[in-house]
Amino acid sequence: MQSKRSLFIAAPLALAAALTAPGARAQISDGVVKIGVLSDMSSLYSDIGGGGSAIAARMAIEDFGAAKKGMKVELLSADHLNKPDVGSSIARQWYDVDKVDVIVDVPTSSIALAISQITREKGKAFLVSGAATSDLSGKACSPNTIHWTYDTWMLANGTGNAIVKTGGDTWFFITADYAFGLALERDTEAVVLKDGGKVLGRVRHPLNAQDFSSFLLQAQASKAKIIGLANAGGDTTNSIKQAAEFGIVKGGQSLAGMLVFISDVHGLGLDKAQGLIFTETYYWDLNDGTRAFAKRFAAANNGKYPTMVQAGVYSAITHYLKAVEVGKTDDGTKTIAKMKELPTDDPLFGKGRVRMDGRKIHPAYLVEVKKPSESKGPYDYYKIRATIPADQAFRPMNDGGCPLVK
Amino acid sequence: MEIFGIPTQALFGQLLIGLINGSFYALLSLGLAVIFGLLNIINFTHGAQYMMGAFCAYFLLSMLGIGYWWALVIVPLAVGALGVVIERLMLARLYKLDHLYGLLLTFGLALIIQGVFRQQYGTSGIPYAMPGELAGGRNLGFMFLPNYRAWVIVASLATCLATWFVIEKTKLGSYLRAATENPELVQAFGVNVPRMITLTYGFGVALAAFAGVMAGPIYQVNPLMGADLIIVVFAVVVIGGMGSILGSIVTGFALGLIEGLTKVFYPEASNTVIFIIMAIVLMIKPAGLFGTQR
Repeated sequence: MQSKRSLFIAAPLALAAALTAPGARAQISDGVVKIGVLSDMSSLYSDIGGGGSAIAARMAIEDFGAAKKGMKVELLSADHLNKPDVGSSIARQWYDVDKVDVIVDVPTSSIALAISQITREKGKAFLVSGAATSDLSGKACSPNTIHWTYDTWMLANGTGNAIVKTGGDTWFFITADYAFGLALERDTEAVVLKDGGKVLGRVRHPLNAQDFSSFLLQAQASKAKIIGLANAGGDTTNSIKQAAEFGIVKGGQSLAGMLVFISDVHGLGLDKAQGLIFTETYYWDLNDGTRAFAKRFAAANNGKYPTMVQAGVYSAITHYLKAVEVGKTDDGTKTIAKMKELPTDDPLFGKGRVRMDGRKIHPAYLVEVKKPSESKGPYDYYKIRATIPADQAFRPMNDGGCPLVK
Repeated sequence: MEIFGIPTQALFGQLLIGLINGSFYALLSLGLAVIFGLLNIINFTHGAQYMMGAFCAYFLLSMLGIGYWWALVIVPLAVGALGVVIERLMLARLYKLDHLYGLLLTFGLALIIQGVFRQQYGTSGIPYAMPGELAGGRNLGFMFLPNYRAWVIVASLATCLATWFVIEKTKLGSYLRAATENPELVQAFGVNVPRMITLTYGFGVALAAFAGVMAGPIYQVNPLMGADLIIVVFAVVVIGGMGSILGSIVTGFALGLIEGLTKVFYPEASNTVIFIIMAIVLMIKPAGLFGTQR
C-alpha cells in the first residue's frame, strides 16, 4: 500500500521533472550557439552563396556583438557539392555529432527540401537563403524552417508580371531539370496564364549543362516572344551568352532571366547583359545601409560585391541571434517561433517580419541592367524600375497550401 | 516533313550543333589518346590544361592586348611548354610504376590548378569577346549558323586530321609508334626516346590549350570549364579505344551527334547518354570500338 502511494506521488513528480527537463536545458546548448553555413563552395552556385555566405555570416556575428553580450557563437561551413545525399549527410553529422544549432543558406532547392525535413526531425533551426523553391513555405513548410531571401513565386510574380504586361505574352521555357527549375517554371507559367499569356513550349536541361545551343534553337523555332530562363548561375550566363551568338535577341525574341544575380551580370559583362529585366530583394546601391555593408563585404571577399543570397545570410543570422538573445535559448523550434514573433529590422532589407508559414517578407525590386554607357564602374549595374511592396512581393499565405496556416 | 514528330529542318540544325560539340570532344580526346598511346599516362590534368588555355587567351587580351588569332598560336605553345615542365619534373619519375600513380598525380595537379583559379576568379566566369572577323552568322535556311561555330568545326577537323596524318603516315609518326611498342629498341637505333616522350606530352597538352582558346568566345572563361567537360571526354576516349588516334576523332564527332539528338528527343538524358553508350560498348568490346587488346 505504502509503495503504491509513493508510486502515485512519484509518477507525477517524474512527469513534472520530464516536462521541466527541456525547460532546464532550454538555455544555450553546450553554452555555444553553433551556426553552420552549408553552401555550394566549389561549383556553379559558389559565387552566389559559397564562401561569400560564410563571410556574411561572420560579419553578422561580429555586428551583433555576441562576444560583448557574453554569448559564445561558433561558425562552421561546408560544401554540399550540389548533391542532395552529400548535403543530407553533412546536415545529420552537424546536428548529431557537432551539435550545430542552425543551418544557413543552402542553395539548390532539392538539398534545401531534404535538409528542411531533417531539421524538423531533429528539432533544430534552418534558415534558407540560397534555395528558391516556393514549396519551402508552401506544401513543404515546416515549423523549423524560415525561407529568407527570395523564392520562385516572388521571381515569377515580379518579373513575369512586368514582362507580360509590356506585351511579352507568348513564352518558351528553358528549365533546369530539378526541383528549383520546375518550381520556377510552374510559378512563372501560372503568372503568364493569369495575365492572359500563352506558353508555347518548354525544354528541360540537366543541371550544369555547358552548351545551350540545342535548347536555344528549339526556343527559336517556337517563335515565342519571350524565352524564359528558369535556371540559375552558370546555366543562366551560358544561356544568355549563347543566345547572343545565335542572334536570338536580334531576331526579335527577348530573354527573361527568371533568376539572375549580380555575380551573373558581372560575369557576363554589361554589353551582353544590358536590358535584362529581373527581380531582386537586395541591391547594394539602394541606401547608405546597403552601401556600407557592400563595401565592407567586398573588402573581405576579393572585391566581389554581395549577392542577395549573401545579404540574406547576414540578415537571417542577425535576426536569429536576436531571437536567441531574447528567448534565452537556442532550441530550434522555440527560436524559430520567437523569430516569427519578433519584427525583423536590419540595414539590408529594412523592416519586415516572418510569417506563420516560415516566409520572411520584405520589398522586392524589379531591376533592369544598365547599358555600358550608363554604368559608372564595376557593380554599378542596375536601374530600379519598380519597388514591389513587402505585402505584395510574396505569395499570399493562404495560397501556398502550408499546413501550419490555419 | 517530320521525323518522329520533329521537323527535318530542326533536325538538321540539331545535327550541326552536335557536330560542333563533337569538335571539342574530338580535339580533347585526341590529346588524351596521343598522351596515353605513348606515355601510358591517363592525363587527368587535361581538363585543367584546357581551362588554362582559355585563361591564357583572356590574359593575353586583357593584359597585353593580344587578340584571338595570335592567342591561337601563342597559347598552345605556352601551355604546352608548361606541360613539358610537368612531364620533366614529375611524370618522368612515374613511368616505371603502375598506371594508377600517373592518374593520381595528374588528378591531384588538376585539383590544385583548378582550385587556384577558382580562388582567384570565382565561378561566374569571365567574358571573352568573339573576334570581330567571326562575329555574326548566316542563315542556312534550316538554322542560323554563327560564323564562329562554323570556324570551330573547320579548325578542329583540320587539326585532328593533321595529327592523325603525322602519327600514322610520316616517319616521325612511325618512330613514335615504334617507341610505344619497344622503347629500348628504338633507343638503340639512336632515337632520343625520352625527349620524344616529353615533346609528345607537350603536344597533347598544347592540343588541350588550343581547344581552350577555341572555347573562350563560346562559353564563359571559367575555372570549372575543364572539370565539366573532362569526364565526358574520358568516356569518349574509352568508347573509342584507349590510345587509338582515329578512334578518338571519330568517336568524338559521333558522340557529339548522338548527344545532339538526345537533346531533341529526350533532353533530360543528354548528360547521361554518353555514359550509357560507354557501358554498352565496354560490355560488348572492352577495348573500345577502335582499340586493340593489349
